[in-house]
Amino acid sequence: MNDIVPAASLIPADAPFPKAAKVALGMPQLRKNLAHATGTIRAKRAKVAGELDDWEQLRDTAAAVKAGVQRRLPELAMRFEERATAAGAVVHWARDAAEANAIAARLVREAGAEEVVKVKSMATQEIELNEHFAAEGLRAFETDLAELIVQLAEDKPSHILVPAIHYNRTEIRDIFDQRMGDAPAGLTDDPAALAEAARLHLRRRFLSATVAVSGANFAIAETGSLVVVESEGNGRMCLTMPETLISIVGIEKLLPETADLEVFMQLLPRSSTGERMNPYTSVWTGVREGDGPRHVHVILLDNGRTNVLADEVGRQALSCIRCSACLNVCPVYERTGGHAYGHVYPGPIGAILAPQLEPGRHDDLPYASSLCGACYEVCPVKIDIPEVLVHLRQQGPHAAGERAAMGAAEAVMARPRLWRTALRAARLGSMPWRRKGFVRRMPWPASKWTVSRDLPVPPKESFRDWWKERER
Amino acid sequence: MNAREEILARMREALQDASPAPEVPREYRRALDPGVDIVAVLVDRLVDYKATVHHGTAAIERALEGARRVAVPADLPAQWRVGSAEFVEDRGLTTEELDAVDAVLTGCAAAVAVSGTIMLDAGEAQGRRALTLVPDHHVVVVRRDQIVGHLAEALPRLDPAAPQTWISGPSATSDIELQRVEGVHGPRRLDVVIADERTGPLAGPAA
Amino acid sequence: MERVALFITCVNDALFPETPKAVVTVLERLGYEVDFPAAQTCCGQMHANSGYKDDATRLARAFDDVFGGYDAIVTPSGSCAAMARDQYPHLTGSGIGRRVHELSEFLVDVAGVEDVGAHFPHTVTYHPTCHGTRALGLGDKPLRLLRAVGGIDLVGLPAADQCCGFGGTFALKNSEVSSAMLADKCANAAATGAEYLAAADNSCLTHIGGGVSRSGGPRPIHYAEILASTA
Ligand code: SF4
Repeated sequence: MNDIVPAASLIPADAPFPKAAKVALGMPQLRKNLAHATGTIRAKRAKVAGELDDWEQLRDTAAAVKAGVQRRLPELAMRFEERATAAGAVVHWARDAAEANAIAARLVREAGAEEVVKVKSMATQEIELNEHFAAEGLRAFETDLAELIVQLAEDKPSHILVPAIHYNRTEIRDIFDQRMGDAPAGLTDDPAALAEAARLHLRRRFLSATVAVSGANFAIAETGSLVVVESEGNGRMCLTMPETLISIVGIEKLLPETADLEVFMQLLPRSSTGERMNPYTSVWTGVREGDGPRHVHVILLDNGRTNVLADEVGRQALSCIRCSACLNVCPVYERTGGHAYGHVYPGPIGAILAPQLEPGRHDDLPYASSLCGACYEVCPVKIDIPEVLVHLRQQGPHAAGERAAMGAAEAVMARPRLWRTALRAARLGSMPWRRKGFVRRMPWPASKWTVSRDLPVPPKESFRDWWKERER
Repeated sequence: MNAREEILARMREALQDASPAPEVPREYRRALDPGVDIVAVLVDRLVDYKATVHHGTAAIERALEGARRVAVPADLPAQWRVGSAEFVEDRGLTTEELDAVDAVLTGCAAAVAVSGTIMLDAGEAQGRRALTLVPDHHVVVVRRDQIVGHLAEALPRLDPAAPQTWISGPSATSDIELQRVEGVHGPRRLDVVIADERTGPLAGPAA
Repeated sequence: MERVALFITCVNDALFPETPKAVVTVLERLGYEVDFPAAQTCCGQMHANSGYKDDATRLARAFDDVFGGYDAIVTPSGSCAAMARDQYPHLTGSGIGRRVHELSEFLVDVAGVEDVGAHFPHTVTYHPTCHGTRALGLGDKPLRLLRAVGGIDLVGLPAADQCCGFGGTFALKNSEVSSAMLADKCANAAATGAEYLAAADNSCLTHIGGGVSRSGGPRPIHYAEILASTA
């Protein structure tokens, strides 16, 4: 049995992406786990998406619905508030993480509780609700299996959908064995046995909890309803059993009508877990007498989203439904995992969302992509991630040295005569390597290339010379 | 400015120069091809999720096999209460009482064939949400006329103001190496009984 | 005789003259008159994708000046064609990209041929480059051309759709991740046992070739050179 070393403690979250990625690349078990998991889910997604002959039409609709939501956000947010309130919910507004955390903590106290059970929610991770609660003397218990694993390991999530994707079954067994307290003796690494251990561990807590905290996948303006999509039933437990339910919902989660679910509930499960439908979807609208929580709160969260909304090109990042398909197909994510991104939203979506949510803090992330476009191809809401990456690169700051080099290159390329002279100079300058045909070592910054690849040398005769010769 | 006013103001400012929203195309399917046997598709999907499927209300007894005490919503039709189990009506059962029964037997509001989804909306014969959640074994009766091919056909049948639960197989997780394992916090056993009856106390054109 | 302009791209201009020569050979074999406007330089892709919009815009304008008078512009680079088609409208408002054809698009869609009369008696594996496949939607057009080549033995590349890790300045800025992607691509290429690895872009081929030259594996070759071969 191995000691538990949380991956996040090894990968420096504050380091620039290339540095953090280098550390992750040097962790063979992590890379193996990631390659196995992303490979499995890629194949499942491709199969169930391929089953629907109208997949592309669904994507087109979803993209347009979300674009429309963004344009109508004030109106839809107010309508949601009005309908949810009429149904007995209390709607709160939070400008930022601190405000959302403070409201949530106050509501927990008002309910006379010191503990809450939690459904997996990206919004609460984004605002670091658990950490904030701990600082206030409140405890938040994660109930999603993967979140539970991460919480027990004192690690950080590394994936939107499967926060513990970087652990394999044996590592998870070790974490349960050493950290769960009530783990069954002789626990094996059979996934069914591990799921059973989690069930037993959490059951009492579910049945006795008085307050739950959730996020939401969708908020329906027409009815004031919230929707949570899940698999294990921990969501249903949290949404049904406690007296008080607090849901923290990003303002971009709004959908105009219930009927929109006929589009999104086809796209989301197939894109995320690669299932035709997830085991459980819960929809609730305010308070229902005799059924579920008697106090229902909704905290509508901005926390940088209106920044994103202001950018004509970048705005499409708000269409994201957090399915994580883009992570699973990304060749960069597959090799580095999520921690290297240094943000709760990793992978391609993180690379366009993090720098917009926290301007100036993640300027390295738009470069963490080869622009291969695999993300755009699978995104169920058709976010043109490569387009936004290039756009953010064009907005962001540039190092002076690089700026000068790019400017010089452009100055030459914009003048055909200079360009031809430069090509001739390159051919002459490369004479010493001509016989070998390639260059193996170069000084910095070209050494970044030659670290793993040879560089070809310019040919003796250029195409231009050949063409001129021929024209004669 | 309070938070609400400030956020709304930020939204409006952000959208000042926004280009107009595109037209929403609606070219996707809203039904399966005519002639598709939707019951067969539903059964195929349910089996894929590792639910057990039975045909005819007489099979309820077999679906409940092994259960001595079975919780039911108070309005569950009498003809579904078959077999030797003791049927405990939910007239405000406590959590502990719910936890102590062996199974729960309910009806549903609709079922979607193509995704193998059974939908509850707290309507007739369905009871409240805790009833179908706490017991470890859920037996649900689906009438043939409640089965539709496509999700788009099912949504109009649900009460939008009522709490809804859409169930696609027993509780499951894919959190370990992204492999699906059945049975976590929700009912670990799901039995679906497809009832032939099209009329009876529960009949009536849904939507 | 129909006249087409040849845009050879800056990478080929500097390093790979055999590729544009091959394009000339193939087009002339099919009866086209090929023009090479000598004032051409670079489409501006490196600048645009590295975040230098103003530089890219100037290069896009220059492209318009050089090629504005042609109805059909053929280029042996999927990513440069995608640049003109996808990004020029945003940079300069120019619609010239619609007249820029990657070679296989021109041959299959415009000229309407798949068999260009080539002969190449070797085993070849084909890597569909990302920009060619996803941004430009080349689909299997280059492969259809290759299948029609006499004597060729085409073998499948495992995980063909995975990026080779080039990505322009990505290869320098995120050199380690790029190298890890390259290592997988090289291993998959070597596993085919092919003599040649063909692709539609010499920048990707430079990258893969730079790795293969150390780890061993098939020789990189632009598919245009295979189409030109009659050996
Ligand atoms: S960006 Fe698209 S693919 Fe990625 S998580 Fe969001 S919705 Fe899914």
